[in-house]
Amino acid sequence: MDGDIRQNSYDDGSHEGLAGEHRIRNFNINFGPQHPAAHGVLRLVLELDGEIVERCDPHIGLLHRGTEKLMESRTYLQNLPYFDRLDYVAPMNQEHAWCLAIEKLTGTVVPRRASLIRVLYSEIGRILNHLLNVTTQAMDVGALTPPLWGFEEREKLMVFYERACGARLHAAYFRPGGVHQDLPPALIDDIEQWAKEFPRVLNDLHGLLTENRIFKQRNADIGIVTEQDISDWGYSGVMVRGSGLPWDLRRSQPYELYSEFDFKIPVGKNGDCYDRYLCRMAEMEESLKIIHQAIAKLRAPEGQGDVLARGKITPPKRGEMKRSMEALIHHFKLYTEGFHVPAGEVYAAVEAPKGEFGVYLKADGTNKPYRAKIRAPGYMHLQSMDYICKGHQLADVSAIIGTMDIVFGEVDR
Amino acid sequence: MSEALQELGAYLAQKCPDAVIASELAFGELNVTVQPAHLESLVTFLRDDAACRFTSLVDITAVDHPERAPRFDVIYMFLSMYKNHRVRLKVATDEDDMVPSIVAIHPGANWVEREVFDMFGILFSGHPDLRRILTDYGFRGHPLRKDFPTTGYTEVRYDEAQKRVVYEPVSLVQEYRQFDFMSPWEGAQYILPGDEKKAG
Repeated sequence: MDGDIRQNSYDDGSHEGLAGEHRIRNFNINFGPQHPAAHGVLRLVLELDGEIVERCDPHIGLLHRGTEKLMESRTYLQNLPYFDRLDYVAPMNQEHAWCLAIEKLTGTVVPRRASLIRVLYSEIGRILNHLLNVTTQAMDVGALTPPLWGFEEREKLMVFYERACGARLHAAYFRPGGVHQDLPPALIDDIEQWAKEFPRVLNDLHGLLTENRIFKQRNADIGIVTEQDISDWGYSGVMVRGSGLPWDLRRSQPYELYSEFDFKIPVGKNGDCYDRYLCRMAEMEESLKIIHQAIAKLRAPEGQGDVLARGKITPPKRGEMKRSMEALIHHFKLYTEGFHVPAGEVYAAVEAPKGEFGVYLKADGTNKPYRAKIRAPGYMHLQSMDYICKGHQLADVSAIIGTMDIVFGEVDR
Repeated sequence: MSEALQELGAYLAQKCPDAVIASELAFGELNVTVQPAHLESLVTFLRDDAACRFTSLVDITAVDHPERAPRFDVIYMFLSMYKNHRVRLKVATDEDDMVPSIVAIHPGANWVEREVFDMFGILFSGHPDLRRILTDYGFRGHPLRKDFPTTGYTEVRYDEAQKRVVYEPVSLVQEYRQFDFMSPWEGAQYILPGDEKKAG
């Protein structure tokens, strides 16, 4: 380093002698686990040279609940609610991966209406997540108003969750073979009404943040991610798109009905925190487009019909159970024993708001998964903290945690 | 899509005959069984070869088969964002065998290998920092092994007298319920409760 401020050097090349007590040690601090900017229970051991981060060692696992172990002793359907508790910011997107894995193994075809509802609610989940992320990241760098405004919108969206499935957060709404219940027309109308009003809120957020001098100073050129970093660290989602790679599983490996929808994939240019912020804002606008299209498709005649692929893995209709003994037996067996999934192994991934969320499922033909591995995008992102933070200032650490979109439910599992 | 993967499997078998033991296509996904000793060279080949370009490591995990001779299967999943395809490698290993670490090839393998070590006790040779990651400081055992009980061995509580958290052996008020869903009509291999009198 040129001109170390802690040591005086003179023009003749001599340095001031350093006695033992003058030598300054690097300073180790604990960041978290109760730090408000740690987004949960993250403990970082930071080694600081002045205000510069020399080493960053994340200690995780404080929220480890052994989800994968628990899943091995429960039936496929009982395992579904665990997925709400992973990334609790956008619960339904996680369930989606689990349902896709089971459907892939059993060869179930989801009815069109259920598929459209899934797309609709996945996009609501994406907005839920991005609203939280963008606004709390802004809070980490010093702005207090955005989270207050953002949470108001999140509350409205959670009401839509509640009206569809009865729970604000722990939805358990996507089921193998479709979705649990059909949406009432009034709910679809209200979602449309909200989607018409939401751009105004997005504009307000843009007004608060996009050209804000402090926000720009704290985010631009911070945490730059290059194409090489993306492949080295296994990044996905906005971490990839912020650096200019148009990689989105909804487009490149389409699942559900995403190939029918018309939307753009926003990409950044510099790969810094500010570009990722812009990507998230643009993605919310694209999600709104998808929501409008999904609503139109749900109202179209071909969008009507059942929301569950009736068969072994889904319950019979309520009315049938009143009349048919077989349907009653089926219902009883389904909710006690559960359904059996043929042996095999699959990996199903969705483009969750945080990146590629995947489930590796190994089935052995019984009613319980032999092994299920949850691939959380945040886990891969968080491990590069040391690499990204090195050389940044202490204050930038919280901006970087925010931009990586870390939620401990999915990192610790 | 699956034809392209089939070709890719054949291509790998031809280019790295030492490493690839078998490759199969199931549910539209390519599974390649790999010789542990040649894992590193194959992963490097997959990353650098122009036809593969599996630059992104998706995940590493393991599956425990306690009754099988090499007990574990370590599973590697790779993704190519350039060629838009995925591959899954499988390496069989035992409790005291070492699997070569791929951290030097994919830095992102660091934490995932630590997690596999933590959960299964599989050792990775050449890993720079093979510590536990998700479990408690000073935790014993490897939770995702099939012989590890779901309840674990210790439980923690805050002790008012000692003013700290204490570890105690697990005491269950009620036995953990394990339902048996084997059907006597579908080949249950044991004597059903009540039938033992007839045998004796």
